[in-house]
Amino acid sequence: MRRMIAPALATVLLSIGLSSPAQAQTEIQWWHSMGGALGEWVNDLAKDFNASQKDYKIVPTYKGSYDESMTAAIAAYRAGNAPALLQVFEVGTATMMASHGAIKPVGEVMKEAGIKFDPNEFVPAVAGYYTAPNGQMLSFPFNSSTTVLFYNKDAFKAAGLDPNKPPLTWTEVALDAAKLKAAGSKCPFTTGWQGWTQLESFSTWHNVEFATLDNGFGGPAARLAFNSPLHVRHIENLANMAKQGLFVYKGRGNAPDASLVSGECAMETGSSSLYGIVKRNSSFAFGIAPLPYYHDVPGAPQNTIIGGASLWVMSGHKPAEYKGVAAFLAYLARPDVAAASHQRTGYLPVTKAAYALTDKSGYYKANPGTDIAVEQMIRKTTAKSRGLRLGNYVQIRNIEDEELEQVWAGKKTAKQALDEAVQRGNEQLERFQKLNR
Amino acid sequence: MSVEKRVAFKSRGLPWLLLAPQLAVVGVFFFWPAAQALLQAMQQQDSFGASVVWVGLDNFRALFTDGDYLASLRLSLLFALLVAGSGLALALLLACMAQRVLRGARWYRTLLILPYAVAPAVAGVLWFFMFAPGLGLIAHGLEWLGLDWNPLLNAQHALVLIVVAAVWKQLSYNFLFFLAGLQAIPPSLIEAAAIDGAGPWRRFWTITLPMLSPTSFFLLVINMVYAFFDTFAIVDATTHGGPGKDTAILVYKVYYDGFKAMDLGGSAAQSVVLMAVVIVLTVLQFRFVEKRVNY
Repeated sequence: MRRMIAPALATVLLSIGLSSPAQAQTEIQWWHSMGGALGEWVNDLAKDFNASQKDYKIVPTYKGSYDESMTAAIAAYRAGNAPALLQVFEVGTATMMASHGAIKPVGEVMKEAGIKFDPNEFVPAVAGYYTAPNGQMLSFPFNSSTTVLFYNKDAFKAAGLDPNKPPLTWTEVALDAAKLKAAGSKCPFTTGWQGWTQLESFSTWHNVEFATLDNGFGGPAARLAFNSPLHVRHIENLANMAKQGLFVYKGRGNAPDASLVSGECAMETGSSSLYGIVKRNSSFAFGIAPLPYYHDVPGAPQNTIIGGASLWVMSGHKPAEYKGVAAFLAYLARPDVAAASHQRTGYLPVTKAAYALTDKSGYYKANPGTDIAVEQMIRKTTAKSRGLRLGNYVQIRNIEDEELEQVWAGKKTAKQALDEAVQRGNEQLERFQKLNR
Repeated sequence: MSVEKRVAFKSRGLPWLLLAPQLAVVGVFFFWPAAQALLQAMQQQDSFGASVVWVGLDNFRALFTDGDYLASLRLSLLFALLVAGSGLALALLLACMAQRVLRGARWYRTLLILPYAVAPAVAGVLWFFMFAPGLGLIAHGLEWLGLDWNPLLNAQHALVLIVVAAVWKQLSYNFLFFLAGLQAIPPSLIEAAAIDGAGPWRRFWTITLPMLSPTSFFLLVINMVYAFFDTFAIVDATTHGGPGKDTAILVYKVYYDGFKAMDLGGSAAQSVVLMAVVIVLTVLQFRFVEKRVNY
């Protein structure tokens, strides 16, 4: 026992000794879900900010995957020790908004700290997702991606296709996939995040309603609407492709990414943040193209929808901490910092200035394809394309997965599955509405 | 004539004091959470616990009017039977074989016990990779045999995948108990039967198996409980309940709704139902199966 006490005592003494000069500093806890290379990015951001001033110290902590860190933060909030700053994925946005005072809007934090903060400086389709109806920014758009098409240029060449002419419409996707299959490809096309790419982003890209009341921005009475004729047509089209072996289902979430990187699948619609991974791990030339669309739909293409996460400020902390949070967020939004983050990670630039700066530096010319995602987003959004604000969305995503799988397996028609998904999703929305009147 | 031996405590307090640690553990880790689950099952609350609405039996009503939930109940029963049935049969086979091994018996036994040290999620991922179409060793083998293996879209394949992973994970535990049970059978009984001319097969059915019945019964109960409660991590790591909801067993739904979707009320109601199902099953096993056990 005594052998254990001595080192423990030494550690305590040492930590007191080490922390004493930092006592004037205000420590700010930041919980995030960025592992691996992205975790290094987060740590570097904190380190650089801490080195740039001496009043505040950002302490980033990795808390597991998005849903794990959100669950952890909610449990911590209930126990009265939530972090000041929390990274939450876009799917959790409505839950955070409806949290009855558990959060402090970012707009308010900035105003109280006396820092100039203009939501109009942010990329509209990104900021819109996290803005309240009164124009106040609720959370800080930290890492956003969107849906694009990745394709294997070598496979295109082998199938006699022009590697510099990716398919732009769904008709072309099917045609190219048929040629790829004829050339021996076992998986001409697949999709990651099927609910996000084929239903959500599909809706905004074609400027059709995903849910009523401006996709939920108009209040919790919104109900799902993704069983429209256009949606049914698209899912039917994919189901036909699946039957012919042109579209091969490779699982939920980002599970299909591996089959693109390994070269098994020649095309994949997925998250633009896949760029870094494909670039590092694939042994073939690849290209990035905009998300395909139906050219006969008026208003298409509009803009795609974001994925990724934002930073929420939790309530119940000291004023000094909020000042520090405000300073840190202002630092993250600085054009040079935001541009460096964008180029390092493949996430979208947070502000328009960061985009302009990256453009001016010649980065997009040197890395062709990296601008596709930005161009899909940097447009004026409509009421139907601004984003989604729906409660219990984690469950609804799961329902989308379950019902779509029934279509790919040939157990349900597109119409049946989408109707069922809408009905089951609406039950979730009703539950949410009941609790968050 | 035997004298009944009874220990009498002089004070009333002492027995309770001696029981206190055990009672405290059971109270804190079993009765208190169970009571909380019952309470939460009658409520609906938002994720942050700011608004709690008393809904009475609404959560339960929602469950039983949901056709999917009843399908999940049937699926869980099937899953538990498959896991317990094939798990016990396989473990018994391996234990009988390990018992007969003369050289290197320890090595075999150690290797067979190893999977027990593996976390369920790891076991899930392991089998997921071996069975992953296009990647896995077993998947390649199945394709080579001409089977169109696709657990992502074929419900039966997905069920096979989680049953295999769950059985493998529990195999060591079953194996250990069977091996201990086999070693406790007096060799003289078997030898006597052999001298009377009973072959190995006959000896197994008429001597070994009846002698093992207490062990088998114990393992049956434990394996059912395991299949009902302990397998959510395997499902979460392999199929996520898919394709569709075809592998969404009850305990996975409890886990998913509570910890991923943060619907605490709905999840609590499901866990109460699950608890009731397992209690009923255990009682049934004790009433009907135990009658055939000779201690």
